[in-house]
Amino acid sequence: MTMASSNTDRRSRQVSLAAAERWSWLFGITLILGFLYLPIGVLVAYSFNASRSLTWPMSGLTFEWYLKLASNDQLIQAFYNSVYVAVCATALTLMIGVPAAITLDRIDFPGKGLFRKLILLPIALPGIITGISMLILFRAIGFNLSLEAVIVGHATALLAVVVTQVFARLQRLPQSLQEASADLGASGFQTFFLVTLPNIRTAVIGAGMLAFTLSFDEIPVTFFLTGRDNTLPMYIWSTMRRGITPEINAIGTLIVVVSIVLIFMSVLLLREKSGPKE
Amino acid sequence: MTRIIEIENLTKVFGDVVGVDDISLDVEEGEFITLLGPSGCGKSTLLRMIGGFEDPTHGRIFLDGQDVTNIPASKRAVNMVFQDYALFPHLSVGRNVGFGLRVAGVAKRDVIEKSREALALVGLEDRFDARPHMLSGGQRQRVALARAIVRRPRVLLLDEPLSALDANLREQMQVELKHLHTKVGLTFILVTHDQTEALTMSDRVVVMRNGRIVESGSPQELYESPKTGYVAGFIGSTNLFRSRVEIVCGAPMINCFGQSLIAPAAVASISGQEALFGFRPEKASLVSGGKGKQTNTLRGSLAEVLYHGQSARLVVDLGPDRVVIDLQITDVIGASGLPQVGDAVALSIESHKIMLLQDEVAA
Repeated sequence: MTMASSNTDRRSRQVSLAAAERWSWLFGITLILGFLYLPIGVLVAYSFNASRSLTWPMSGLTFEWYLKLASNDQLIQAFYNSVYVAVCATALTLMIGVPAAITLDRIDFPGKGLFRKLILLPIALPGIITGISMLILFRAIGFNLSLEAVIVGHATALLAVVVTQVFARLQRLPQSLQEASADLGASGFQTFFLVTLPNIRTAVIGAGMLAFTLSFDEIPVTFFLTGRDNTLPMYIWSTMRRGITPEINAIGTLIVVVSIVLIFMSVLLLREKSGPKE
Repeated sequence: MTRIIEIENLTKVFGDVVGVDDISLDVEEGEFITLLGPSGCGKSTLLRMIGGFEDPTHGRIFLDGQDVTNIPASKRAVNMVFQDYALFPHLSVGRNVGFGLRVAGVAKRDVIEKSREALALVGLEDRFDARPHMLSGGQRQRVALARAIVRRPRVLLLDEPLSALDANLREQMQVELKHLHTKVGLTFILVTHDQTEALTMSDRVVVMRNGRIVESGSPQELYESPKTGYVAGFIGSTNLFRSRVEIVCGAPMINCFGQSLIAPAAVASISGQEALFGFRPEKASLVSGGKGKQTNTLRGSLAEVLYHGQSARLVVDLGPDRVVIDLQITDVIGASGLPQVGDAVALSIESHKIMLLQDEVAA
C-alpha cells in the first residue's frame, strides 16, 4: 500500500465520519422538532378529518367543522370576548408598564429596589392566587365580576412582563441620548416621543405581543373574575368536558394560523428597525 | 471682549463627596477655554452644571448676564458634544443634525438646508442619509459637532470629545476643532485630562484638582511660568526640589539635592524661608567635562538615556535624588555625541530658568 492510497483511505474515512456526524445531528434535530410540532400537526390534520372519531387513518377530507364553527354563536361570542379582553389588557398594561419602566430606569427614589421587586412579584405568583385575591378584593369593593374585571386582573399579572422587557431595553439605552435631546431644546414630551420611544419601540411591541398572547389563553385568573361571559379558552375548556370534538381541532388550527401570522408580523416589524432607512 | 459666562461660588456635593468646591470663573466671548485635570477633579461636573445637566448645590451661573442656574438644559443657549457622541441611532445623520431645529419648530426646508450647511462645515455633507452606525468614530465625532453647532449656541461645551479616538485621529481632530472654533466664532469650553490637547487648542487653560481651580492662564503662561508645583508637574514635567533660601555674597543661594545653585534675584525677598523650586528638563544643558568652569552646575552620574529621536531624555543621579534633562539631538551630535550611562556628567541651569513655585495645595 502506497502512502498516497493510505492518505486517500484516511480521508474517505474522515469524510464518512463527518457524514455520519451530520446525519446524527439531523436526526436529533428532527426528533426535537417532531416533539415540538407533531401534536400541533395532528391537531391540524384531524380538523380536516371527515369522521367524528379521532382514529387513524383519517377517513376523508372535509371543511365541515370549520363551517360548524362559523355558525356556533356561543363560540364566536367567546372569541370576541377573548379579543376584547386581550386587547384592553395589553393596552392597559402598556400604558402603565412603559411609564413605570421609565421611572424605574431614570428616577432615583427611596425604596426603588423594593418597588422593583414588588412589581415583578406577580409574575412568580400562580395565577390561581392572583385570581382568588382579586376576586376577594372586587367582592369587597363591590366591583362586579365581568370581562372588565378580567381585564384588570390580566393587566396586573402582565405588568411584570412589560416592565421587565422595557426596563431591560432602557438599561441598554445610554442616558446621554436623553440628555442630548434635552440639550438640543426638546421638551420632556418631545424627548419621549422622538428619542426614547423609537429606541425602545421593538421592546414595547414585543412585550405587547407577549402580553396579548398570555392574556388571550389565560384561564386561572379569568376563571375567578369573569361573570357570565366566557372567553375562548374557557369555552374550549368547558366544551372539552363533553369530549374532544372536531370543532375544537378546527378552532385550535385557526389559533395556530393567527399565531403564525402574528409572529411573522412581529419579525417584520422588528427587522424594519435595523434596516438602513427609516 | 465681553463676559459670556460668569460662575460664582459654584459647589456640587454628591452625597458626602464634594465634586466641585466653590469655583468662580469667567469666560470671555469667543474664547476657547479648557478645563484640564485628572479624572475625578470635578471638571466634567462643572461642565455639566454649565450645560444644565446637574443642579449646583450652591452658587450661580450667568449666561450673557442672565442668571440661568435654575433654567433647564433644554432652555439654555448652550449645546454639548457628549463623550460618547450620543447620536440618535434611529435617525439618519441629517436628521440627527437637524433635531434641535426640528423640535424648535423650524420649517422643514430650513431644517434640511441648515443641517446640510452644518454638515458641510465638518466635511460630511455627503453622509446626510447615512445612519450613525455606518460611520467611523471620527465621522460620528463630526456629526456630534455639527449637531451641537447647528443652532448657533452662545457656548459650545465639549466633554472629552476626542478621548474615544485613536492617537493619529485625535491629533488631526485637535487641529480641526481649532479651525472650527475660528470659523464659527463660538465660545468653546472643553474638558480633557490630556495636557497636550489642552495646550494645542486652548486660548486659556484652567487646571483643576479636587474640585478646585489650581491655576489658569494661557498655555504659554502655564508652561513657561507656572505658579504652583502642581501645574509645573502636571503640564509637561519639572524637576521639583525644596530648599531654604540663603544670601551668600549678596546672591540668593538654594540647595538642589545637596548642590548649590544661584536662584533668581527676586528670590532674595524670601531669604531664610524654605520654598519649592523647579526647572524644566529642556531648560538645563549638558556641560562637557573639559570645558571651562560654568556657574550653576549640578554634577552627577548618568543613570539612564531615553532616546526619543529628535531629543533624548537623560536621567542624572545627583546622589540623594535624580533629575532629568532633555537634549535636542542636533545640539549634541555635533559636539561629542550622547554620553554613556555611568559617565560623570555636569549640567548647567541658568538662574532665571529656575522657577519659584507655590506649594502644591495652593488655591
